[in-house]
Order: sequence, then structure tokens, then C-alpha cells
Amino acid sequence: MAKTPVQFRLNGADKAVFVDGGENLLNALRRGVGDMSTKFGCGQGTCGVCTVLIDGEPQLACLTLAETCAGRGIETALGLADGPNLHPLQTAFMEHFAAQCGFCTSGMLMAAKALLDRNPSPTREDVAEAISGNICRCTGYEPIINAILDAASKRGGQASREQGHARV
Amino acid sequence: MTVQVKTFGSMSEAAAALASDRAARFFSGGTLLMRAINEGDTTIATLVRSTDPGCRQIRNEGARVVIGAGVRMVDILANRDLAILHPVARVVGGPAVRAMATVGGNLFAPSPYGDLAVALLALDATVMVQGAYGGAQQTPLEQFLAGRDRAGSSGLVMAVSVPRPASPDAFRFRKVARVKPKGVSVLSIAAHLPATGGRIAGARVAYGAMAPTPIRARAVERALEGRTLDAAGIAPALAAAAEGISPPTDALATAWYRREVVSVHLRRLLLGEGS
Amino acid sequence: MLEFRKEYFKDERDDRLNEVGQPRQRQDMLGHVTGRTRYFDDHAFEGLLHLKVLRSPHPHARLRAIDVSAAERSPGVKRVIRAADVPVNKNTLLSLINFGKDDEPLLAVDKVRYKGEPIVAVVAESEAAAYEALTKIRVDYDPLPAVFDVEEAIKPGAPVVNETYPANTFEYHEKYNHQKLRFGDVERAFASADFVVEERYQMSPIEHAPTETNGSIAAPETNDRFVVHTCTQALFFSLGTAAKLLDVPSNRLHFIGGTVGGGFGGKVDSLTEPLSILGAMLTGRPVRYVLGREEEMQYGCPRGAERHYIKDGVMRDGRIVARKVTSYFDAGAYTRLSSYGAVKCIAHVPGPYTIPNVHADSYCVFTNRTPATAMRGFGITGVDFSLEVQMDKLAHKVGMDPMEFRILNAYRDGDMKAHRREAHNCALVECVQVAAEKAGWPIRDEYRRMNSLTGGGGERAAIPATATDEAGRIGAGRPASTTPTRVPAMPIPPPSREPQPAAAPPRVAPPPRSAPPPAPSPPPPAAPAPREQPKPAAPAPQHGATRFSSVFGTRRR
Repeated sequence: MAKTPVQFRLNGADKAVFVDGGENLLNALRRGVGDMSTKFGCGQGTCGVCTVLIDGEPQLACLTLAETCAGRGIETALGLADGPNLHPLQTAFMEHFAAQCGFCTSGMLMAAKALLDRNPSPTREDVAEAISGNICRCTGYEPIINAILDAASKRGGQASREQGHARV
Repeated sequence: MTVQVKTFGSMSEAAAALASDRAARFFSGGTLLMRAINEGDTTIATLVRSTDPGCRQIRNEGARVVIGAGVRMVDILANRDLAILHPVARVVGGPAVRAMATVGGNLFAPSPYGDLAVALLALDATVMVQGAYGGAQQTPLEQFLAGRDRAGSSGLVMAVSVPRPASPDAFRFRKVARVKPKGVSVLSIAAHLPATGGRIAGARVAYGAMAPTPIRARAVERALEGRTLDAAGIAPALAAAAEGISPPTDALATAWYRREVVSVHLRRLLLGEGS
Repeated sequence: MLEFRKEYFKDERDDRLNEVGQPRQRQDMLGHVTGRTRYFDDHAFEGLLHLKVLRSPHPHARLRAIDVSAAERSPGVKRVIRAADVPVNKNTLLSLINFGKDDEPLLAVDKVRYKGEPIVAVVAESEAAAYEALTKIRVDYDPLPAVFDVEEAIKPGAPVVNETYPANTFEYHEKYNHQKLRFGDVERAFASADFVVEERYQMSPIEHAPTETNGSIAAPETNDRFVVHTCTQALFFSLGTAAKLLDVPSNRLHFIGGTVGGGFGGKVDSLTEPLSILGAMLTGRPVRYVLGREEEMQYGCPRGAERHYIKDGVMRDGRIVARKVTSYFDAGAYTRLSSYGAVKCIAHVPGPYTIPNVHADSYCVFTNRTPATAMRGFGITGVDFSLEVQMDKLAHKVGMDPMEFRILNAYRDGDMKAHRREAHNCALVECVQVAAEKAGWPIRDEYRRMNSLTGGGGERAAIPATATDEAGRIGAGRPASTTPTRVPAMPIPPPSREPQPAAAPPRVAPPPRSAPPPAPSPPPPAAPAPREQPKPAAPAPQHGATRFSSVFGTRRR
């Protein structure tokens, strides 16, 4: 069966892939574009490891029909950093040890970004709500929530992109 | 075998395409269909979608609000006219699912999903279905749900029309889930409890995950008629809580468990006890 | 915050710590937050094929006929793999260290022993094509009676789960159907104890549920090798297992592991590598085999179910004088690591307490459940839960504070443990004291003054006269005494922190005048002749390459 061409912007860059009928965005990103940061965890919409932003909204790539993304703007974890400079969320996750195996981290970061992009001063409940669709089996969530709150407090109004070196 | 995807500009065209191919499935938010495809459901051969902006509209028509089938949970949450449904939309999935799941899709969600449909059933919503040959048909949601899984049922859900309750406080909803803050329902209960002089008149109570589709708890409704919402007043309703249910056994709970706890959660809902 | 209590054992340590106690960043953290950490699936291969398996819907059934012809013709299918395609279709994980008999096929041959057991594998151009081909496979099942409970499984007449172990128990040293620990004389101690407390504890299987499911990608590489990207936690185990099942020298396999998306013990069984490699061998292309979420939850190996019977004799003053533990580990249909779990259990009981009489039996039992595996202290965690709840019940019984009760009974340096090792470097007393302090739980001065360095040894270092027994000898029938009696529920006394006034001692039947423990009752009269013992497995044909040497120094394969 013929493949369908789909063009979209990924982390600001124009991309084009050919997808099978019924192919989901997760596969299109991983196998089509080669962006491996978004992960497969369940294919059911339960675990959230495939969370990406589509036109700024959090969506699950495993449940998104790839061809519905034509012309839209997709953001993944690979697009968070500004060159060598980490996004405040990334720095905060490092400083708070908010990852162990790291498999949920990409999805968590995107869910957190979706929150902070529209609510720069979230409460702890807001943060818990924002990541309520993301499962972590390692950290117990507290370091993640702390990291997100910390990143929110550090952003303020100033540009706060920090150096991308390993931090203690 | 790959899936064929057909996209149409209008809901009418999509309805016609569905009518001409009874095996085709209408693709709305994708939360149910993509899951099935991901898990290897080989019966899905054709997906029909529509980019019609009309199906994403919410129209306030005074006594009723008409919600397009493509309206998502986040769209409900952003709309003040639908404030009464906010407590329901808020507990569907996590933030990403809410940005994808639609009202139309929720009407077809199998137990234990479909919390919004439970609420709409208690609110006496009407479903607007477009058949193959044009012309929309209005069907009470209860009737729609009873026939939804029947093979050969035709038509495309265009919108859901919800009467605005006279008193928003008369509507209550509770979702019981194991995982906090969000999880799939062990059961959900929605109740519209209009009262005159402190006594219930014309209650509608609906259960989710207590049968193959959302159902009305008619025995509870009858037992609440003319009663006050206090411990003594609701006792007969609690006694009738499990009448007419045929709960599923699934990964979350057994049929036995759902049957055991339904009266407890009904009591908490009716008395407004802590969630 | 990490807090150091350096006042404890300060004479025994060099406290010039440079790394311990300092926060240090993970070496992979930068990769995690930038989405660049590579898991097994994050590797692109041109021409990648996808493998899915057909799984048994029955927990126990004969396979009468399998017809894959329609699947082979299904669009996109490159190869259908059957049991006959597997070069060595029987293995057990710990054969790599010469422990246990091969009992598990990679693909079922004539029987399935758990719901979900793989029967046929399909390799196709896409996952969808593989799923479709699975629906076209016809299997004739002859369902058999199944057993799902450890104690039901060891009753005479129970369905035989795994013919390698016809009594449904793993065989240790080809001699016993359980592990045993004997120290002193528990029956005599029970008879003279002030209280005897008997309880039963159990847990269901627990699923690891990692966010990354089990999976691997195998691909032909240079020099007739296969590169394998895998989620395994046990790279050398997986390489050795694959080499054995596929009958290739291990130097033809290039295993690349690294970051695991959550293991917790659930990624040590090499669930996918052998088939993905075999798929690559048979098709000449890269093959990816990843469990779906439902597969992972339902058919991925769990921590096995456990049941523990604990009977303790305790004196009014709080000393535990006897502990009898009977433990059952539900291995599911195949051994994997459960045999080792039962060993760990025996090494762990009676807990970190000095108890002068200990009797413990630990069984690894086969049932028609999903084969169990390692998980976070398997063999110990469930036992510890049971032991510690039991400690609380004992404390209640004698009217003692549960923290003080533990301090009283804890090992001290110099005590003889039931395993006939002297206790060294004990610190339980201090741990309990600090925990009580942190919890704001008051304990009396007398107990705050106790420590691990004082009070041990002397009489407590003696090894008492101990009657061993030959209970559970394989081939000698199954003596009734190894089957414990059902334990009635104990009424729970109202919680009380004050010592209760002394209760009348319980009425306990006096022991037989002769001191040794009761001999095993003779086998039932209709017992069949002692079962023919399977000969120790003849060494399998050499694979040609040097296998890494076993822990026990000899290499039988």
C-alpha cells in the first residue's frame, strides 16, 4: 500500500516523512525522522513516556495518527536545550536527581514544559496534576515535582538558560 | 496490512463514507482506535476522519448547550458555559489524554472508560446522529447507548445536546479510581438531583463501569423521589444501589467488588462526603 | 539529607570519607535529561523486521497440532519459527552456573505449562503484519487440569506441571525437595515456652512493570557475528543463555546492553534475545522483538507468590526461644531463579535475631502460573515482611514494646547464628535505637543503653545439639511431617504499650519423653516404588568455545 507523505516542524526544523496508513506519530518520529527521545511504554495512553507537545499542547505520540500532524509544530526532548545550554527544566532535573533509569524523563520534561509555558507559577498540586499522566517507576515522583517547582521559580522573567555541563 | 485513512472536509461527507463501508471506523481523538491498532487489532482496515471545524464547536443555545462531537476535554475545561462538566472532564486521563479525547469518542468508550458519557446520561443529553442519506436524528443518550454496540448501527455522531440544569448544584459526579490523582474508573456515579422544597423531584442517576455501557440506576431514582438528602432519606436508595447492574470483572476490580462498594460511593455522593 | 551518626562504632572505622556522603551526579543523567541516553530500541537498522509470538491461552494443555501454513503465506511475513527450529530447545537460566536441570523450552514442543507460554514466533515486515499472521495460526489444544497454589501442587496426585520435576518441587543436590536449616531442638523449646505463636503469611505475584518493556534487537554484523541490543540487566547471563539455546560459540554474539529502562529484576531472564537472534539468523536481517504492555504485565515474569508459616516460642520476658519457618516459593511453570530464591530464604531466616532453636524448610514449588524471577531482594523481602509482622505479634503477646522487643532479641557480636557462623559487625540494636529516636518513639533507658558489642558470645556462641533429619528426600516418598498443618487465625489482642500482667502459660501438650524431634511418619501404604531418579544430565555437546567457568569451579557443559 502506498505511503503517505507528512510534513511538519519538529523542534523548529522542517521535516518530511513517509508513513504507512495507520502509523502513529511515535513510530514516525523514531523510525521516520530518527528522533529517539520519545519512547514506547504501553501503546495504550496510560504511561505517558511518549508525551510530546503538538502546537504547544501535550499529546501522546503513540495515540496520535501521524498524518494528522501535517503542518503542525511538534516539540520533543531533543529540542529543549538551546545549543549546548540546557533548559531550566533539564538543569533542575539534574540538580534534584529527578531521574534514575531515565526512561520516563523525556515525557516528564515535555509534560512539565507544557505546564510552565502556560502557568509560570504552579503550585505543588498544579505540578502533580501536570504529570498525572506520566508514570515513573523509579523515583517516587517527589524529586521530579521538586525539580519542576525549582525550574519554575528560577525562570522568573529573565532568560535563565544555564550551561550544559554535568552539575552536582 | 496497513490501515487506509480517508479524510473529509465535512462531517456529512464523512457520514456518507461510513455508511458506504460498514467496517470503517470513525477516527476522532484516537485514544481508543490508535490503542486498538497499536495492540494488533487486525479488524480495523479503514479510518474515516473529518477536519470539519463545526464538530469542534460549543454552542450556547440558552436552555441547552450543543457540544460538537470533536470537542475535547480541554475544550470543555476552557468553556464557561460547560462549567457543570468541568469536574468530569478534569478526571478523564492525564493532561495529554484530555488534549486528545473527544466527547464523541467518549460515547463509545467501553467499560471502564466513558466517564463523560455517564455524566451526560445523568443530565439527559441527546445525541445528534447523521445518517447516510443526510438529515440529523436526535436520540436520547440512553437509547443511543443501548444500541451503540449493535452491528450495523449506522450514522455519525455530530454533536451532543445537553440541557442546562436549573441549579448547577443539583448535579454531582464522582469517579472512583485506585490510582491517585488519576486512574481508570473502578466505577463512576453521576447524579442530577433537582429538588423542590428540599425534596428530590425527578432524579436521574447514572453509573459508569457497572455494565457494558453507562446505565441509569432507575431503582435508585425511584427510591429518591420525594426524599430529602440526609441519612434517613437516602436509606431506601442505598438499599437499591445495586439493582440492575451487571458490572465487569477487569484488571481494576472484580464484579463482586464493584457490587459491594457501589452503595458506599452512592452514599458519599448523595451526602456530599469527602472525595 | 544524609546524616552520619559517627559516634557508633567509631573505634572500628577510618572516617576519612571523601566520596561516601557526598552527592555525586549520575554519569548518565545528562543523557537522560537531553533525551540522548540510548536504550536497546534506540538504534536504527535498515530492513528491520518485527517478531511477535503466539502465546498459549491455557495454563496447562497438550499441543495436539499446530498449523502455520496460513501464517506463512500472510502478507509481509518473512519467517515462521517453530520449536523444531530452535537448536537447543531446553534450558534453565542457572545452568550457566551448573545449578538445576534444563526444564524450559524456548518455544513449546508438545505441552504448554502456563498461560502465555510462547508456541510459535512470526517475523514480518511490520508489527501489524506479524499480529495479523498470528491470527492465522491454528493450534489444537487439549486442556489439562492445572494447579495454581503451592500447597495444592505438592499434594500427592496434583497435576505434574513440569516433567523435569515430577513432584512439582525443585530438587536440591538431587537429594532433597527443599532447603533446610536445623539448629537445636525447636519442639522441645516449644514445649517449655511460655507462649507459642503460629501464623501464616502470603503474597501474590508482583509485577515489576518497568516503563520500558522487555525487548531486544538482533542484527547480522561483521564476521558472521550478531549484534544484539538488549534491555537485559544481566548481559553475560543473556549472552550465555543465547549461545546455549542457539548452539553457537559465544564469540559469535556481540551483546550491547547499557541503560535499562527500569529492571528491578524483571530483565534477567533473557525473554527476547534468543528469539530475536534466531530470527536474524533465519532471515539474514535485523529482527526486533519487544513485548507489548499487556504482554509485559501478564506474561513477563513477576516476583513469585510466596507463603510462609512461622511458629515461634517466646518467654514471658521477651526472649524468643524457638522459631520454625516453612516457606513456599511459587516458581510458576519453570525454575528460572526461584531455586535460588529458596536458598536465599534459608540463608536469611530466622532474621537478625539470636534464637537458640531454629528449624526452617524452604520449598521451590512449580505451579501453572507465569514463571517467576528475581525482583528486589527476591527470596528475602517477602520473608522479612512475614518475620517482622511476626515480631510485632510476639511483642504484643508478651506485652512488650515492639522496638524494645527487637533490641532484646537482636544479634550481638559473638553470637552463634543458626547457620553456624559467628555474628560479626552487628548493628541492629543501634539501628532500632536511632529509628526510634527519629520516629519520636520512646524506649526505656535500659534499652537505650544496650549495644551490639556487649552481651554476645559466651553461652550464646555455642552450637547446640541438633537433630538433623532426612525429611523430603527425593525418591523416598513424601513424608507427612513435611506438610505443615493449616494454621487457624489468631485473635489479635488489643494493642498495649504497657507490659501486661503475666498471663497463665498456655496449655501445651508435653513432648514425648524421648528428646529427638518426631521422626517422619512412614510413607502411605499404597505408595508407589521410589521414583526412578533421572540420571544427572549428560554433558551437552560442546559448543566449541570456552564457556566462562562456573561459580563452583567445575564445568559440566
